[in-house]
Amino acid sequence: MTGYIEPMVGRYIHVEIDREIHRIYFEESGLGIPLVCLHTAGSDGRQWRHLLADEEFAKTFRIIAFDLPWHGKSNPPPSWSGEEYRLTTARYTATVRAFCKALALEKPIVMGCSIGGRIVLNLAIDHAAEFRALIGLEAADFQAPWYDTNWLHRPDVHGGEVCAALVSGLIAPQSPESSRQETLWAYMQGGPGVFKGDLYFYRVDGDLRGRVDKIDTGVCPLYLLTGEYDFSCTPEDTMRTAAAIGGASVTIMERLGHFPMSENPEQFRRYIAPVLGRILKQSTSTKQGEHA
Amino acid sequence: MTQPWQPVSSERTLRQADVRAIDTADRKLFRSLANVGILQENACLKRMTPAPNVIDDAAIIQAFAGIPALLEQDPALIYRGRTLDCECLLGPVDHPFHVSIRGGSIVDLTLAPVLMRSWRFSYRASAVAWAEYWKPAPRPGWQDLLALTKREEAKLEGDLHPFMAHLQYFKDVLALPRLHRSAVPT
Repeated sequence: MTGYIEPMVGRYIHVEIDREIHRIYFEESGLGIPLVCLHTAGSDGRQWRHLLADEEFAKTFRIIAFDLPWHGKSNPPPSWSGEEYRLTTARYTATVRAFCKALALEKPIVMGCSIGGRIVLNLAIDHAAEFRALIGLEAADFQAPWYDTNWLHRPDVHGGEVCAALVSGLIAPQSPESSRQETLWAYMQGGPGVFKGDLYFYRVDGDLRGRVDKIDTGVCPLYLLTGEYDFSCTPEDTMRTAAAIGGASVTIMERLGHFPMSENPEQFRRYIAPVLGRILKQSTSTKQGEHA
Repeated sequence: MTQPWQPVSSERTLRQADVRAIDTADRKLFRSLANVGILQENACLKRMTPAPNVIDDAAIIQAFAGIPALLEQDPALIYRGRTLDCECLLGPVDHPFHVSIRGGSIVDLTLAPVLMRSWRFSYRASAVAWAEYWKPAPRPGWQDLLALTKREEAKLEGDLHPFMAHLQYFKDVLALPRLHRSAVPT
């Protein structure tokens, strides 16, 4: 008996970011409206494997997940010589836009989780017209810090162990044990200082308070979904953020935490399916309107 | 397997966020935990000065006293802490234990205060927080040691290195009563 082969395919693409070529790893599955998925800080695109394997979604969406440089199978760029890694708002924004451009994606949907959710808000502020819809999971304009990120990168504390242990409590207690362990495994495998460097964007550079009111959901619909067990980006953080944005859709997801797509894919599907359905309906009606 | 696109009900998707504060009903529940008749049995308590919240703490103290034995039943968890030798202060805010850890095992657990005994770090939480943390499915925002510090139901103090270097170990050791519900008075 031959083994089951999952439908997604992984490839590398050369992407020019800030005038330097980066070799970016991505996986994709399906045909249709491009849906670009952004992983959380300190992890990689494997978090999206269940969405990538969803045969029903793949009938109408081209689902794509890429690893940020320094993450997963995307190496640091050739110019890197060991200096401290720090993700900035400008660099993250440029990376997402450059990746979409390199794949020649026409008005993609971008769905990001955690730092990916934060950058989605920045895309909505500054580049809304480039996207069909934006989905922020565990997203807020700002959230209160609950630990000192210096613990994430020091020689006398194992980086993989402490990164995984710090985020372990953000997973809902109802999530399946195997999915919980798989989610944490990616954190154990991150490069030294990478999680900490991602959080530079999250904690220091990417504070969007006072800017999200510029989001025009008439130009690009915005959906925000947050797990009730996320005590880092709490439901209250997301709701406060949404309150400043006219027309944003907010959903609080039960029995989910900070990693909905990987910690409990089945439960997450119950919430993301209607969102994708609404975007699909909106895209279809827009297209019909164009041809009328 | 292909699944239909069944939207969940609006009641589930658009639920208002819960108010996270402990309500009156919970406080009554935890006061009732005191009716377990342990004061006569626990020698540690004989040295305690009665305090306004001693009743709440009594049930938690009883559960804490059972943690070393629960840990000895979990060799994988002891292995996780195999390089750890540490003196720390753990338990309810007002009635913590001095805990001595050697090679991942708890070799001594004594209710504080102990004259001039040192400790490297302290993790102390309210009785309500421990009782919630030990539930099979704690309420959102009560499921993690650092969620409790964020919501100011717990205090983490001292030299944090042993705690952070063995963070998952401490989370799991202090969650042992969750896995052994018989250890938690309810």
